[in-house]
Amino acid sequence: MTDTQSNRVDVLNISDLSVSFHTERGMVRALRNISFTIPDRRIVGLVGESGCGKSTLINSILNLLAENAHIVSGVIDFEGQDILKMTPDQLRAVRGNRISVVFQDPMTSLNPVLSIERQMIDIQYRDHLNKSEKVARAGRMLNRVGIPDPENRLSNYLHQFSGGMRQRIAIAMALMANPALLIADEPTTALDATLEAQIIQRLRKLQSDLECSILFVSHHLGLVADFCDNVVVMYAGEMVESGTVRDIFHRPTHPYTRALLECDPARIKIKTRHLPMIPGSIPDLLHLPQRCIFINRCQESEKECRAGSPKLMEIAPGHFVSCHLCAGEGV
Amino acid sequence: MSHLLEMENIRIRFRSKNRIRALLDRDRDPYIDAVCGVSLNIGAGETFAIVGESGAGKTTLARSIIGLVSPQEGHVRFEGNELLRLSDSDFKIYRREIAMMFQDPVGCLSPRLTVRSLITEPFKIHGLKDCDLNVEAARLLDMVGLPSTFAGHYPYQLSGGQARRVGVARALALSPRLIIADEPTAGLDVSVQGEVLNLMARLQMEMGISFMVITHNLAVVRHISDRMAIMYLGRFLETGPTDEIFANPRHPYTHALLSATPDPDPDAPKTRVELQGEIPSLMNRPSGCEFHTRCPYVEDRCRTRFPDLETVGPEHDLHCYTPIADIGHRIAKAE
Repeated sequence: MTDTQSNRVDVLNISDLSVSFHTERGMVRALRNISFTIPDRRIVGLVGESGCGKSTLINSILNLLAENAHIVSGVIDFEGQDILKMTPDQLRAVRGNRISVVFQDPMTSLNPVLSIERQMIDIQYRDHLNKSEKVARAGRMLNRVGIPDPENRLSNYLHQFSGGMRQRIAIAMALMANPALLIADEPTTALDATLEAQIIQRLRKLQSDLECSILFVSHHLGLVADFCDNVVVMYAGEMVESGTVRDIFHRPTHPYTRALLECDPARIKIKTRHLPMIPGSIPDLLHLPQRCIFINRCQESEKECRAGSPKLMEIAPGHFVSCHLCAGEGV
Repeated sequence: MSHLLEMENIRIRFRSKNRIRALLDRDRDPYIDAVCGVSLNIGAGETFAIVGESGAGKTTLARSIIGLVSPQEGHVRFEGNELLRLSDSDFKIYRREIAMMFQDPVGCLSPRLTVRSLITEPFKIHGLKDCDLNVEAARLLDMVGLPSTFAGHYPYQLSGGQARRVGVARALALSPRLIIADEPTAGLDVSVQGEVLNLMARLQMEMGISFMVITHNLAVVRHISDRMAIMYLGRFLETGPTDEIFANPRHPYTHALLSATPDPDPDAPKTRVELQGEIPSLMNRPSGCEFHTRCPYVEDRCRTRFPDLETVGPEHDLHCYTPIADIGHRIAKAE
């Protein structure tokens, strides 16, 4: 299956995506002009704070938006097809098969009253195998994600596993279908640091074995720096910066990216009781000003920032920034 | 130093089977130990952090201080007065001195009450009728840096950071001496968590409040706490001054935990100690040292007997037969 994609450069190509929600109070402009690509066999980190549109973006990629959502513009090109224009049958062939998802909390994404075996057989409904073959395949997959004694544990239920094990099972199920794109939505938030490291290590190994791409959504900057190849930074529904992991962490250019990195207590090497923060709050998505969205919290804003929304600009190969102040700069 | 709060050999057990099931299984001890032989003390104006993964017993331990769960064994003393086995009415005095900030900033606020009612409820509960609640509400909101117009808001109108501030305001209402903060930054964005932590630091400076902070965010612990304890399956494995533990972790688990926290720098040298295996379940607690199933330096005696407390430095205590040596195993810090 993967052979047909080997000459393809990008697995997912999102261009100029804007999504709004109709609400009683008006149009909530949740996503505006999002453009980025997920190259083949690459791990792309999606960073941003709550309310920045990460979930809306994931739901758009899966075409699972709520009924009041309105796609204002944009194309989500997945393996040459626009997901937003797919028929329900085409979508069914993509979801859970070519694109699969690992959610934050395995306790709510897996079924607590069915055995792991039952759920892992069910997910193979597309494959024309008999039951014992499916069970064997499920066992092999559990072994690959690092669950000891998988044959015997298949008959267990979710509550009989520890938190780290549950997330491993969720990852095993997501990878059963051999997807081209795995969306991992904060997969280690519920785990402690030692388990987090284990799971990430395992995910990296599986990613290179299965040759898939990963969209890794996280607010843990340390993990993103460690695990991802490219990073996309979002703020209030817009993409403010994107680039390679070194562009973002070594040469952060947008004032928001810089402030966000400065706020991470893990980066502050000298003990302090006064941690940096970004004062203010995100703008109301109902009444967006016709200027830079970060202006009210930006330490560096100047007159020109009031003159319209900044355009996304490529300041170095592959490094995109949306800021008036960076317009003249090149790296 | 006189201690504000002392806990000694706390053991908290929960029944894991009902009586009939225990009889049928011939189980003479149908309990799990959520907290097992924990001792700690917190001085006035000090911040003590408890670090450990979910299920380690951190929250249970904290809840036992304010009497929400009762330990089977041990002592909890507040300024020398025993808190355990007090009647509800006797306990009420201490509930004014010890306040709690719960884990979920929005979930711990009743959605049907206004911010004003939420933060002045402690006055009503404790029968302080002679104060003007509107004045108190304004004072508390001002203290946590929220405009007084927030008094009329309902919790759904608050952002995560604002809800957390309301939680702090409520904890401050009766001017407590000790605040137990259960995951004060959980669910908050990086840009806002500094705001809440700075607020806590300011209040500590101005009012001399002691904090007990429960968290699994090591980066935060390092900046805000004076002393810390590392908890694993209901036990403290290592306790000591925060700076000392970060510079010189002695327990293999502490060492692994510190090294597992990735640096937000893609080119940082990776000196990660990888642990194998999963956290065992409390239902089958490993014999001896609980950490022996994952410990890279495990010896035979670790499997049979839990190591005694050993003091390895000023206020630096640990339970380990095979502690990491002072020199040679230091975590290579980025600087």
